[in-house]
Amino acid sequence: MKKLTITALVAIFLVGCQSTPTTAPVEDKSGATAAGTPGTGGASTSGTQSGGVSGSTTGTGANPLRDPNNILSKRSVYFEFDSFSVADQYKPIVEAHARYLAANRTARVTLQGHADERGSREYNIALGQKRADAVKRMMTVMGVQETIVETVSFGKEKPRNMGHDEAAWAENRRVDILYAGE
Amino acid sequence: MHRSLRLFAAVALLLLSFGARAQLTIEIVGGAGTAIPIAIVPFGGEASFPLGISGIVGADLQRSGVFRLVNTEGVTPRPVRAEDVRADVWRGRGADAVVVGSMQSLADGRVEVRFALMDVVKQSMLTAMTYTVTPAQFRATAHKIADVIYEKLTGDPGVFSTRIAYITKTGGRYQLLVADADGADPQVIVTSNEPLLSPRWAPEGTRIAYVSFEQKKPVVYVQNLANGSRQAVANFRGSNSAPAWSPDGRRLAVTLTKDGGSQVYVMGADGGNAQRVMTSNGIDTEASFTADGGSLLFTSDRGGTPQVYRLNLGSGAVERMTFDGSYNVSPRPTPDGKGFVFVRRDGGRFQIAIQDFGSRQMQVLTSGPVDESPSLAPNGKLILYANESGGRGTLAAVSTDGRVKQRLVAAGADVREPAWGPYAR
Repeated sequence: MKKLTITALVAIFLVGCQSTPTTAPVEDKSGATAAGTPGTGGASTSGTQSGGVSGSTTGTGANPLRDPNNILSKRSVYFEFDSFSVADQYKPIVEAHARYLAANRTARVTLQGHADERGSREYNIALGQKRADAVKRMMTVMGVQETIVETVSFGKEKPRNMGHDEAAWAENRRVDILYAGE
Repeated sequence: MHRSLRLFAAVALLLLSFGARAQLTIEIVGGAGTAIPIAIVPFGGEASFPLGISGIVGADLQRSGVFRLVNTEGVTPRPVRAEDVRADVWRGRGADAVVVGSMQSLADGRVEVRFALMDVVKQSMLTAMTYTVTPAQFRATAHKIADVIYEKLTGDPGVFSTRIAYITKTGGRYQLLVADADGADPQVIVTSNEPLLSPRWAPEGTRIAYVSFEQKKPVVYVQNLANGSRQAVANFRGSNSAPAWSPDGRRLAVTLTKDGGSQVYVMGADGGNAQRVMTSNGIDTEASFTADGGSLLFTSDRGGTPQVYRLNLGSGAVERMTFDGSYNVSPRPTPDGKGFVFVRRDGGRFQIAIQDFGSRQMQVLTSGPVDESPSLAPNGKLILYANESGGRGTLAAVSTDGRVKQRLVAAGADVREPAWGPYAR
């Protein structure tokens, strides 16, 4: 009887169906931005980073999202304990992605919120969501269409740092920016 | 499209048995001060079967923490029937109750299992029963007998025939398992390379709702345990999490973010008609139906810190339930409708606590430091929860009076997210 109720074992095999990566060249039409300079042609330029380092130009056809010298390759925004607002040092990253999204109408992005390991798993899903929503709000204020940004949360399920101290927790309270097809 | 981000999950129904499943074994860490002394006499004829009944009955009763096993060795002749029991002998050994029984093969290959429970203080027979079973049902029969004995001697139904669900993480692989309440016979029902979370048994025990991240975001599924089929019941834009069944098994409370923020909705268990049940400008999540189905307990930070609230589904009135401390989350109503179990943070320690609706009296049941995800046994007597030991997730249980403590040990796996199933039907 007991056996009968659980005879079927379901195994889920995840089959990754990669879609085509976004390869549209950067066409920065925003003009009035605090960081970054408009790109021309197939070249891309990076904006100003938190450390005041300015980016370099990459070759024609390079994907700015993958160029380590481009601020768009920076994909994580970190948060203080119990905080849900984007700290000043991460605003240039969010702004750069917002400009990219405003300029690349086919691009779609998922903002993945995360929390540190302390406390309820489900409540941490909500905390990560709140952080992702904060980044989205900043993007939409900059003109990004609401419909192209999805905010989701992994709570404390995907820590970047497996440690159990404040330094580890600080790395885990974050929002990761993922483009469709990546 | 953001849809292209999603991974398509191919669900394969595999009628396989997994060899290396992490089986839980339960150890008593602390017992009730007033455990009932009971003698479980080895059943007549059981030595000729590969699995004896009396040993499992004794292990169940002892593990509950409510009973203490009295030594039965050296009593000759060994009693098999109720009329064989000499009360003075067992009183002399300190027993209040004695269980005797027998196992006998029948011509059709089935086995007749008899047992009798004697009160040797009052010198009366409390109950006697006969079961005709197949050898595959020995274990289930033993749990049934333990349930009968538990109920006769404590007044509360036993939960030895129930099942539990839990999640293991081994490397990057997550599995949702269902096992007997004593940890035996673990069965894998879901395997994923992405996290699994929040399993919840439907009240009839044939379905489990859970959260899976296989689509790179939290999606709520309901899976049928009989055939392994499942349905994504909440897969809206944003995050979908924290499923909880209504007492009639027809509806689910879930947390959705599709309309902005984490908010509580109630929807059909088949995925239809998600209705938002209230609006707040903060986080609302972790809803559970109270036993009468008329209210939801949930966690909200609407007052600045996460606290437990109660929503009356009829009137829409919301009442704050917890006031002590700055972090009170994961409320689970007790089956008797009188209160709820929850997780509180005291300093940096997360502990399991119980609170009464009427008196607002709160009792801390565990010491932490990282206790979470409490789940009540259907008789309301034990709470299964997750904690950590040696850097790995483990399960533990504590009685709702705080006196009985158990540790559920699984070799080699990180175990979390326990959910106690309903009474067997």
